[in-house]
Amino acid sequence: MNKPLRRIAIFCGLLVLALMVRTNWLQYVQAEDLNTNSKNKRIQIERYASERGNIIVDGKPITGSVDSNDEYFKYKRTYVNGPMWAPVTGYASQAYDANQIEKIEDGILTGNSDQLFFDRTMAMFTGDKKKGGNVVTTLNGAAQKAAYDGLGNKKGAVAAIDPKTGKILALASTPSYDPATFAGYSGKDEKAWLALERDKDKPKLNRALREVYPPGSTFKVVTAAAALEHGVVDDIDAATDTPEPFLLPTTRVPMVNHANGCKNASLNQALKVSCNSVFANLGDKVTRDKMVETAQKFGFNNPEIDIPVRAAASVYDKAMDRPQNSLSSIGQFNTATTPLQMAMVTAAIANDGKLMKPYMIDQLEAPNLDVIEKTEPQEMSRPLSQKNAQLLQQMMENVVENGTGGNAKIDDVTVGGKTGTAQHGENNSKNPYAWFISYAKAADGSTVAVAVVVEDSEAKRDDISGGGLAAPIAKDVMQAVLDSKK
Amino acid sequence: MSVVTNTTTIGAIEAPSRRNTELMLLAFAVAIPVFAYINVGLAMDGELPTGVLGYGLGLGLLAGVAHLVVRKFAKYADPLLLPLATLLNGLGLVLVWRLDQSPRLIARAETLFGAFSPDAPKQLLYSAIGIALFVAVLLILKDHRILQRYTYISMAVALLLLILPMFFPSVNGAKIWISLGPFSIQPGEFAKIIIAVFFSGYLMVKRDALALASRRFMGLYLPRGRDLGPILVVWAISILILVFETDLGTSLLFFGLFVIMLYVATERTSWIVFGLLMSAAGAVGVATFEPHVQSRVNAWLDPFACYSTDTSGACEQISNAIMSFGSGGTLGTGLGQGNSDLIGFAANADFILSTVGEELGLAGMMAFLLIYGLIVERGVRTALAARDPFGKLLAIGLSGAFAIQVFVVAGGVMGLIPLTGMTMPFVAAGGSSVIANWALIGILIRISDTARRPAPAPAPSPDAEMTQVVRP
Repeated sequence: MNKPLRRIAIFCGLLVLALMVRTNWLQYVQAEDLNTNSKNKRIQIERYASERGNIIVDGKPITGSVDSNDEYFKYKRTYVNGPMWAPVTGYASQAYDANQIEKIEDGILTGNSDQLFFDRTMAMFTGDKKKGGNVVTTLNGAAQKAAYDGLGNKKGAVAAIDPKTGKILALASTPSYDPATFAGYSGKDEKAWLALERDKDKPKLNRALREVYPPGSTFKVVTAAAALEHGVVDDIDAATDTPEPFLLPTTRVPMVNHANGCKNASLNQALKVSCNSVFANLGDKVTRDKMVETAQKFGFNNPEIDIPVRAAASVYDKAMDRPQNSLSSIGQFNTATTPLQMAMVTAAIANDGKLMKPYMIDQLEAPNLDVIEKTEPQEMSRPLSQKNAQLLQQMMENVVENGTGGNAKIDDVTVGGKTGTAQHGENNSKNPYAWFISYAKAADGSTVAVAVVVEDSEAKRDDISGGGLAAPIAKDVMQAVLDSKK
Repeated sequence: MSVVTNTTTIGAIEAPSRRNTELMLLAFAVAIPVFAYINVGLAMDGELPTGVLGYGLGLGLLAGVAHLVVRKFAKYADPLLLPLATLLNGLGLVLVWRLDQSPRLIARAETLFGAFSPDAPKQLLYSAIGIALFVAVLLILKDHRILQRYTYISMAVALLLLILPMFFPSVNGAKIWISLGPFSIQPGEFAKIIIAVFFSGYLMVKRDALALASRRFMGLYLPRGRDLGPILVVWAISILILVFETDLGTSLLFFGLFVIMLYVATERTSWIVFGLLMSAAGAVGVATFEPHVQSRVNAWLDPFACYSTDTSGACEQISNAIMSFGSGGTLGTGLGQGNSDLIGFAANADFILSTVGEELGLAGMMAFLLIYGLIVERGVRTALAARDPFGKLLAIGLSGAFAIQVFVVAGGVMGLIPLTGMTMPFVAAGGSSVIANWALIGILIRISDTARRPAPAPAPSPDAEMTQVVRP
């Protein structure tokens, strides 16, 4: 009977071997897939298992963690002034995952990042409880408050940048939401989440980064930069060869001006009163490809502007015909931009032509506050020469001093700006967007660039509404930044 | 002239009894679970668990008693079986105790049943009863061949045990329990041993008839009906009962047991072919009309896809089990630090291996599988060494059943085969399993003792003195 016994022994060995192969397959080969499977609750459990690190603004946390006494998720996220900071922090919900900084820096905040390996190992020996690291942002609390309060109950967004470094100082979006209302996983949280999902005003949308708007007249500064860079205009005070009415190239469609005195107006004058005809003409003379080139240097058509939260790509069409290029040169046709992008344009001009890469995470800290990673300012591109940038500054300051941007004036501070009112909807059927982009330079050298867009402008469709609605907000934000640096 | 009283120079060589080896291994088998126990306490509460002394002493005492009994009553027994079983039982206790601490499982029990009762103390009691049964087997069963006398009584008892649960209400979809007041017994676990006794006894007598008195049919040798009949009938009845009780794991186990023993007894490969064909037919047949089985097959085919559509919870359970293996990774999260309790229902019973996988990792799983593999290996070795066909058949039957049970449970939990619901021997919470498997180990030890016992010294030859050298 021993021969079949030996065979049975082999069979039993094969059974055990099959189990061993399977466990190796599951725990070694597939482990990573299983661990990141969306159905794996451990990801959420781990995220809230220990006290989560905080997102810091001006040295103070704008987030927090409370012990929720729950058998699944021990800690629950809390937010200080949630609606104001939501466009920066994003949310971290036990039921609905996380987004923005809460998601991108999850490793640091939970303390699970490989960068924190040493700290974790140390904590293991000292017996400390595991704790997450902190994310220190570049934001400026006063500027953020000014932006959020300025937008008030209007729909819109504000982005403010430090032109010299690319640090983002304010990032507001209204209407906003309070991430704390759905931080847990109870029925109440579900209700709050569903209400936000169904809200027509899309409060969860981060308008400063993720919404693209037609830029309207604010785009004229890009056209002006292209005209200067490509040698179409040498003297900003020289008359341009622009007839009145100006017909769109190859068509019989006249370009309507809302301003007076645009015939052969100089670039300086045209920007001051916001002449459509002059910029449509200049855009045509620069030609589409060169317009595209300059726009892209400012950051248009780049789908990977990560701050590190990814911003939507702003658009300057690469394949349109001549009249469409003319329209695009005044921010019409399908030109579209995020508020962040317009702030970048302004920042590049204010920084003498050097565009710094925008970022909003200053440094990452270990739980013991050691800095584990610091973001160094980085040059992104040079859309225009120093000389041309200074010419543009001169013109934009003229806009504020004598033109449509008067509402942004600040005493003892050099302010440059440009208003815009973007048509919206078929045949302008919907309310236009009021835009204002500006920068301020204080005597002590501190600078700030701001872009403001207000969606539901009730005012007339002229440039004054950009100046009237958006400019005061921009002014408050700039003032707040300059004051806080004193 | 010297008178040689005994010229037989080849005496019985005293085989080493290996009892001291066993004692040393037992010390490890007690120490490792005690360390594991301390580990769980430190990981979950940050302090030494209060019961560590009592637990260590209790396990040590049980192991010590078992060892002394083996030393006295089964001197030549295999030295590995007892330590391996003790180690598994001890680690099982730690795992059950660890899952008792899970706030999630406590909350779950409180919402479902209104109260939570820890399983670890019960498991300790069952382990004690199991070792008592082990001791009883060694004391009462002086020679395993006695069991041969009870061939047909075993058959009757096994069938009775299998039929009984039909008269009790089903628990969680399977009618496999007999409830007697506070106790509930899973008779299938005991039936597995008893039916192995019946098969061994019957096959030993009939094996020649089965193997030789056969007709050739389509290249296969078919035995005569009167030889095969009784065994086929018993087997079919047990399978049918189990199918009605929807206890698929156990029916698979019985089937495997039947095929293995028949093959070993007759040495005819045709039995394997028959067995495979019949099991395939049976599996397909059951799967087509049994919704309980269908949901498990679906969960096995794609544990993540049927997550939302499946209402039986089979999918969620199996996918959670697989994810707990995945998150264990190579080294595991450490005892007490995993989330295998997400499985919820049966986390400490059928699914206890997930906790091993998650908290001890691939390393722990390999160790566990090796321990099970070693037990089976020692069982097969016992079968090879046994001198009587009944002992051979019984040993291979028991160790084969053990191997199949491990494979079916572990394979089910790991998603290798559809989940059928059985307990991991010694480790899973549940009295019947622990007690029955201790009895199984007891019988194996008895057979191995008989097998390794040195042959009695030959009687002095009466010729020795008679033969004289006659010098001319």
